[in-house]
Amino acid sequence: MTASSLKVGARVTLAAGDFQHLLDALAGRGYRVMSPTLEDGRLIYGEIGKVTDLPIGWTAFQEGGTFRLEHRQDQAFFGFAVGQQSWKQFLLPPHQTLWQAQREGSGWGIIPQVQEIPQFAFLGVRSCELEAMAVQDRVFLQGAHVESTYRARRESAFIVALNCAHQDPGTCFCVSMGTGPRATAGFDLALTELLQGEEHGFVVEIGTDRGAEVIRQVPRRAATSGEVDAAARAVAAVAGNMGRRLDTTGIQELFYDNYEHPRWDEVAARCLNCGNCTLVCPTCFCHTLEDSMDLPGAVAERRRRLDSCFTVDFSYLHGGSIRTSPRSRYRQWLTHKLATWIDQFGCSGCVGCGRCITWCPVGIDITEEVRAIRETAAGPPKE
Amino acid sequence: MTANLPDPMIPTPFVVQKVKRETSDTYTLDLTRAEGAANFAFAPGQFNMLYAFGAGEAPISISGDPARPETLVHTVRDVGNVTRAICRLKRGGVLGVRGPFGVPWPVDRVAGQDVLIIAGGLGLAPLRPALYHLLNHRGEFGNIEVIYGARTPKDLLYLRELERWRGRFDLRVHVTVDQAEGDWHSNVGVVTKIIGRTRFDPPSTVALICGPGVMMRFTVLELLNRGLKPEQVYVSMERNMKCGIGLCGHCQWGPFFVCKDGPVFRYDRIKAWFDRREV
Repeated sequence: MTASSLKVGARVTLAAGDFQHLLDALAGRGYRVMSPTLEDGRLIYGEIGKVTDLPIGWTAFQEGGTFRLEHRQDQAFFGFAVGQQSWKQFLLPPHQTLWQAQREGSGWGIIPQVQEIPQFAFLGVRSCELEAMAVQDRVFLQGAHVESTYRARRESAFIVALNCAHQDPGTCFCVSMGTGPRATAGFDLALTELLQGEEHGFVVEIGTDRGAEVIRQVPRRAATSGEVDAAARAVAAVAGNMGRRLDTTGIQELFYDNYEHPRWDEVAARCLNCGNCTLVCPTCFCHTLEDSMDLPGAVAERRRRLDSCFTVDFSYLHGGSIRTSPRSRYRQWLTHKLATWIDQFGCSGCVGCGRCITWCPVGIDITEEVRAIRETAAGPPKE
Repeated sequence: MTANLPDPMIPTPFVVQKVKRETSDTYTLDLTRAEGAANFAFAPGQFNMLYAFGAGEAPISISGDPARPETLVHTVRDVGNVTRAICRLKRGGVLGVRGPFGVPWPVDRVAGQDVLIIAGGLGLAPLRPALYHLLNHRGEFGNIEVIYGARTPKDLLYLRELERWRGRFDLRVHVTVDQAEGDWHSNVGVVTKIIGRTRFDPPSTVALICGPGVMMRFTVLELLNRGLKPEQVYVSMERNMKCGIGLCGHCQWGPFFVCKDGPVFRYDRIKAWFDRREV
């Protein structure tokens, strides 16, 4: 295969046995390769160096409030859906010092924190997660004010997407949200894992020139039409077997017309207000700023920390909070995610990854909540 | 390129030039830049994030005269850790300023109209720059009516200035309090009761309102009853704010970010959310 045929849009096949070369090529370009990996029995995103660091032969059973790692019959590298972490932790760190202020005589001098921008290569980014990044881009990059840390990290990241195939789509509903399971944009390379008897490999779609340069350093051959078809079939099988469905027809009106629906009380009685859903959600971006002073009163510091709209403090205004009831906080989260987000950013805040369902300790299922409201919905309020 | 703009998250140090005690818990601070003499340009109704070193930040509306941008003026009520630290600053003290942020009052778009300024309590602070603007360009506007309500006479802000404004022939000022002792010889009652005594031509009037939620709700109702259309009414909203620039998510109010879509909203655009609770 000639180097000139490695153009954007081209597809090549990478044998599973040669996967290490891809990791080496990324590392050789200075990237820290972050990938799904197992640590203390948890499926997380961590730095990997070797193919054996991948969760080979594992899958994850996911249901409302349930996540269980199980062995697969095969040696799939990516035979699971998403875990509790999302890539957002690498793009906007959940804890970050923004600046310090030092007392200078009677005044203060402010010293912005020098930011180390790590060069990440994200490996195994699902289509829903690419869409989640695009959602956060609208929040942090496309408004009047740009978040500089996010921009630097986002621009430098190399993205190896992974089309979903050969997995249990337990709590997934990307098809309903129009966000998957095939990655269509926003990647340097996109992999589809092929598992056909003894043959184990990856169809690799080249998304950018940067991606082509990496592939040039990796043993590969042109993908056969059979391999491309097999990859498409595997992804289509996942698409046809979604674990959940969410009807988004008229979803803004549905929420705005049912702001006092009794279902909000019903779900609030189950919701623990723990905020897990906001932590695992790949689009939840709310954060707070914290200030402190050292003991001598000479150095003040401002830090940013990921926050959750499920805390009472989140809406605190002198004298009390706006959202005092658990019902109002759950309603705020879900209404924002599925309805007001569209007003604010022109897209849904939900990408259908299913994390909020899996990681809810009491198994609240947002697809079920929307269905329940829809089935007993009130019409538009009378003027 | 945005990359060349100063980071909106970094406060600029300002020095306190003057502190005036307005009421038992409310102070007006005159501030100038710690370095350089650049003016602080702003539009009436905008706010700043004021930072008390080590204590934290609070969104505080600007209360000075937009035609005198060499001094930044804020009126702050001591209601928590941050505002207490700000209120305790003395002349020469330093605080951090980020801003100005937010959507202003539409004072430059209502030439020729009658203007109703209706304030409750601390709500006069963000409305004062609007009034300064109207008076600076007095000839451009029709009748101007100010209705200001406070809990008691002791809670009235800018008392001397109120008296000066009341002495003008080109402005009508109505002050009312909820409760008063015998030495109070003016109105007692809510601001909505005063609206009937003001003079305005409904088709050519704009109302600017800021005050507690209940006060704004009933004021809007009263104005609509008296012939104003929702698009002639503006309110200034308040929410928890951390960043002031639409990134932290705290000030969300339905589909709005109060920090960047407000704090000043035209009533017809928010009316679906205005009466809802715990939004």
